[in-house]
Amino acid sequence: MVNIGIVSYGAYIPRFRIKSSDIAKAWGKDPKTITGGLGIIEKSVPSLDQDVATISVESARSALSRCSINPQDIGAIYVGSESHPYAVKPTGTIVAEAVCATPNLTVADYEFACKAGTAAIQTCMALVKSDMIKYGVAIGADTAQAAPGDALEYAASAGGAAFIIGKENVIATINQTCSFTTDTPDFWRREGRKYPAHGGRFTGAPAYFRHITSNAKNLMELTGTKPEDYTFAIFHQPNGKFPVRVAKMLGFTPEQVKQGLLCPVIGNTYSGATMLGLASVLDVAKPSDRVFLTSYGSGAGSDAFDITITDTINQLEKKKAPLVSELIDDKEYVDYATYAKYRDLLYWE
Amino acid sequence: MAEGAVPRFWREIPQRYNLIGNKCNECEKVFFPPRESCPECRRKSMGKMKDFKLSGEGEVLTYTIIYEASEKFEGQAPYPLAIIQLKEGPKITAQIVDCDIEDVKIGMKLKSTFRKIQDDGYVGAIYYGYKFKKRN
Ligand SMILES: [Zn+2]
Repeated sequence: MVNIGIVSYGAYIPRFRIKSSDIAKAWGKDPKTITGGLGIIEKSVPSLDQDVATISVESARSALSRCSINPQDIGAIYVGSESHPYAVKPTGTIVAEAVCATPNLTVADYEFACKAGTAAIQTCMALVKSDMIKYGVAIGADTAQAAPGDALEYAASAGGAAFIIGKENVIATINQTCSFTTDTPDFWRREGRKYPAHGGRFTGAPAYFRHITSNAKNLMELTGTKPEDYTFAIFHQPNGKFPVRVAKMLGFTPEQVKQGLLCPVIGNTYSGATMLGLASVLDVAKPSDRVFLTSYGSGAGSDAFDITITDTINQLEKKKAPLVSELIDDKEYVDYATYAKYRDLLYWE
Repeated sequence: MAEGAVPRFWREIPQRYNLIGNKCNECEKVFFPPRESCPECRRKSMGKMKDFKLSGEGEVLTYTIIYEASEKFEGQAPYPLAIIQLKEGPKITAQIVDCDIEDVKIGMKLKSTFRKIQDDGYVGAIYYGYKFKKRN
């Protein structure tokens, strides 16, 4: 059997942070209630010169710097995001050029709320498996939008991760993947609108919890595994509470979830969320560790993956690029006024 | 948008995204931006100028802090603008990011990073390219 999997990976988180308590203060809310209720202490903020293209390029370059593949052997680049800088002109074209992968490759941008990145992994797996390409690069990145004063403002943050998918020298084998998709209007952004809208409490039970638990159970049935077979479990993290609760519902422990749970300190990076969680797990994973990953995208759908770390992970030159923990620790706080300027909340004609 | 801005930017993508300069294979000197011929070897360098990708590593030769920025960079002021000595020889001028202005020093080690340089308003094209950040 041919092993399809991850050859290398890279992550990127912008350096600026804003504390949830500072956002709460700006809107006259009680900081303790907000921070405690959402389980988010602070979130990352992109600077004026950063967007999904720059975050994607930084992550992809980090992934390439850790391995020795020739960028000209990359046959596909898919960038998943809901904040692509252009509505028409793929982010992937900019990434492809910036990593010297042009011109003989296929590129497209994906959009599926917070799970567009994992959808990109699945496409790359299929192209590699069918020998249509040697390597594919799957990226999930966002500079998530939230209307000023909306509850989403405490969570919507920026970051991303890139995974090189191939079948030679894989550091992690993707044993199985499956998806679960329905038409569930829990969160959306209409064409041409700057900020998304959401169904309030409706975003919980019928959306996030139903899709993740159903898909996670389907995956364990396909692979014949149980929660205790996994070293790490990563779930989509729109706040600090949901992933812990869904893990418990499925029988996973807080210890399994911890390494991949970044939302409390960087916020919800949307398409970057489970991708950065996986990068954080790969930063510390050892050969034969098993990883369970379930993403969630509003609208709604979930992609689940059963992953086994291989011995090759010891050969990956992780030090050539920053670890997720280093990206989290390298930070500078901004106040709400600076945040408003960086996020283009103040615009004039 | 200025007429011709998009085609000019497009032609310079290899330099702006990947610091592609060139090298005179007669005297080994590296140029950025790339040159048609080597000013030292002149005619001897004809046909011997080869594309050369710079590593993006360098250090601050000198710098200034921009407080009164032009319209496109207003939001980012104050910010450091430096002349950077690249490892391979060429010097370039670029913005330093992710660094407190008080921390910028002559001799500070830098590496290139990929950022948005400017855009033609909310409607026009977005121009990306290199800026520099601290290297440990
Ligand atoms: Zn010469």
